[in-house]
Amino acid sequence: MTPLLSVVDLVKHYPAGGARKVLALDGISFDLAEGEVLGVVGESGCGKSTLGRTIMRLARPTSGEIRFRGTDLAGLKGKTLKAARAEIQMVFQDPFGSLNPRHSVATIVGEPLVVHGRPDRAARVRELLDLVGLPQTAAARLPHEFSGGQRQRIAIARALALSPRILVADEAVSALDVSIQSQIINLFAELRRELGLSMIFISHDLSVVRHVSDRIAVMYFGKFVETAPAEDLFRAPLHPYTRALMSAIPKLPGSAAASGSSRRIVLKGDVPNLAFRPDGCLFHPRCYAMRDRCRHEAPELDPAPGETGDARLCACHYAGEDLSDTGASGS
Amino acid sequence: MLRIEDLCLEAGSGVLVDGIDLAVDAGEMLGLVGESGCGKTITALSVLGLLPRQAVRVTQGRILFNGRDIASLDDDEMNTVRGNDISMIFQEPMTSLNPVMTLADQIGEGLALHRDLHGARQASEVDRLLALVGLPNGPEQRRRYPHQLSGGQRQRVMIAMALACEPALLIADEPTTALDVTIQAQILDLIGEMRARFGMACILVTHDLGVVAETCDTVAVMYAGRIVEQGPVADVFRTPRHRYTEALLRTIPAANAPGAMLPAISGTVPQPGARPPGCAFAERCHEALPQCAGQRPPRDGTKEHFAMCWNPAS
Ligand SMILES: Nc1ncnc2c1ncn2[C@@H]1O[C@H](COP(=O)(O)OP(=O)(O)OP(=O)(O)O)[C@@H](O)[C@H]1O
Ligand SMILES: Nc1ncnc2c1ncn2[C@@H]1O[C@H](COP(=O)(O)OP(=O)(O)OP(=O)(O)O)[C@@H](O)[C@H]1O
Ligand code: SF4
Ligand SMILES: [Mg+2]
Ligand SMILES: [Mg+2]
Repeated sequence: MTPLLSVVDLVKHYPAGGARKVLALDGISFDLAEGEVLGVVGESGCGKSTLGRTIMRLARPTSGEIRFRGTDLAGLKGKTLKAARAEIQMVFQDPFGSLNPRHSVATIVGEPLVVHGRPDRAARVRELLDLVGLPQTAAARLPHEFSGGQRQRIAIARALALSPRILVADEAVSALDVSIQSQIINLFAELRRELGLSMIFISHDLSVVRHVSDRIAVMYFGKFVETAPAEDLFRAPLHPYTRALMSAIPKLPGSAAASGSSRRIVLKGDVPNLAFRPDGCLFHPRCYAMRDRCRHEAPELDPAPGETGDARLCACHYAGEDLSDTGASGS
Repeated sequence: MLRIEDLCLEAGSGVLVDGIDLAVDAGEMLGLVGESGCGKTITALSVLGLLPRQAVRVTQGRILFNGRDIASLDDDEMNTVRGNDISMIFQEPMTSLNPVMTLADQIGEGLALHRDLHGARQASEVDRLLALVGLPNGPEQRRRYPHQLSGGQRQRVMIAMALACEPALLIADEPTTALDVTIQAQILDLIGEMRARFGMACILVTHDLGVVAETCDTVAVMYAGRIVEQGPVADVFRTPRHRYTEALLRTIPAANAPGAMLPAISGTVPQPGARPPGCAFAERCHEALPQCAGQRPPRDGTKEHFAMCWNPAS
């Protein structure tokens, strides 16, 4: 079966002064099935938003393919491109920056309906406001009259206007307080169940990602370093970077997570600068499990030890090894 | 250090903030949490005299900073307080970064103004601050413009700007929403260090209860323009009194089985202007008593940990 979306060896460079380049995406490949939710997590600046924007074709990929139902989006023009565009929508990271301050909420939410010539705009806008939990009186107001979380819901309503097949949600719930967050997460779950909506769910918040995703991709330095079914990843993270991320999740007093006594792994060294690429494993300058081989030889995103299919992939020479004797508990 | 007394804020649509009392002392960290739209940001903005003038007015109350009422200062006086004494990290970085200035110029501006640093000393302080927020490689980093940064990088530049002034009080509005856990931990450690080093006080506005649990001394829970519960963090999390706090703690993804529907609080916050005279949560509360919506709930609990609830959870 053709996957709904297929990303093949996607590369995106930004100029970084002189001859240097920021390698925001460095050969990303994955498939997204109908109704599937892929969570993408990773450090600030590792390329998550760039991935979303490139899939939306808001940024031109340097190389690689993005196929929707088997057709490369780069080859589409005119009507077919417009139709394909309606199928993939995005909720942007900065809710305020993406809303026109001079337009009313009704205009903003209804805009995609106008662009794509859909009928019954007013009724659909009312429906969308209900869906995201905004009062009908919001329709006539301007974005600046709303709080941060309310603006995020306006952005979500707009992204859902055309009933897309795929929603790219870039930090869509990060700015929301937990009770609204849970409403929106439940809303996504419902849309998925009822409409078979697929999602690429970008977030730095691991507990939210775990909650909504079927599969999770951990991103580091423009690459996926580990992909796995959500539960497997949390039960047994394999990549040293994934392990460090997990150990840094803030714990709630009294919650199940707090009773597990895993120690926080503090990563040494600086957050990477995407214009300077280390040799060997991209993670080796900060890796607490690094050995000599890691300095020179770059690990591939391969099936994890003991796995045959591509359900669990990990890019580490020592994937999943017990690291307790290498000072893995951190500094 | 900062004491807000009976603050009321009003807009055309109605009363936004209704009689808030808050206090923070030197070195203390207060968490301010609450449902989206409950008034956290405008409360923070009022402390800095940054309310949108035409739209939102202070109708009542005082804001005392080291004993001085800063609500009545004029623009010039307020400008000195801002930055020198009180800094703010804003919720939406792009709205407070200047798109046509390099990072060096934006951060340097504050250093020149508030710490009299210029030239090479300014440049090396800019580098140091950028490295502290996880943006190393000074010379190259300094020349970048906001649009060349990722969302979280912008947020960190703003944090560097706010910390550059070494303020006595830092108001941080959702400072780490766009940041992953590792860098979030680094930023929170940095704030903690500044508290320890020169007694910086901090008001942390956030929806992340995990962050509050790990970093704050006290927490104030806001709902529909009022503070409904306040107390030491450990007490409030272990034994919430207000039914809203109780419900809030149950909605956290980490407190629930993965994939399960989250126990969302059904309904929405009443809009400003449509709030009942009593407890604004009554409509959505499973434990509401007949008098809840009609009469303002009494203050229940101790001086340290109290809630405004007719039927407290503990
Ligand atoms: N300029 C304005 N004019 C009119 N009403 C406003 C204005 N700014 C904010 N409000 C209203 O004031 C209320 C409180 O807003 P505020 O931004 O303080 O919320 P918040 O608690 O910070 O929420 P969030 O967590 O979503 O950021 C909201 O109902 C909002 O609609
Ligand atoms: N227009 C641009 N020019 C140059 N570099 C850029 C540009 N846009 C982004 N970058 C860089 O590309 C990298 C990836 O950015 P991206 O926005 O994809 O990160 P992200 O993973 O979404 O981070 P965050 O979690 O902070 O939002 C960052 O290091 C950023 O500095
Ligand atoms: S390959 Fe080596 S450096 Fe890279 S993550 Fe694995 S152990 Fe660490
Ligand atoms: Mg981003
Ligand atoms: Mg706010």
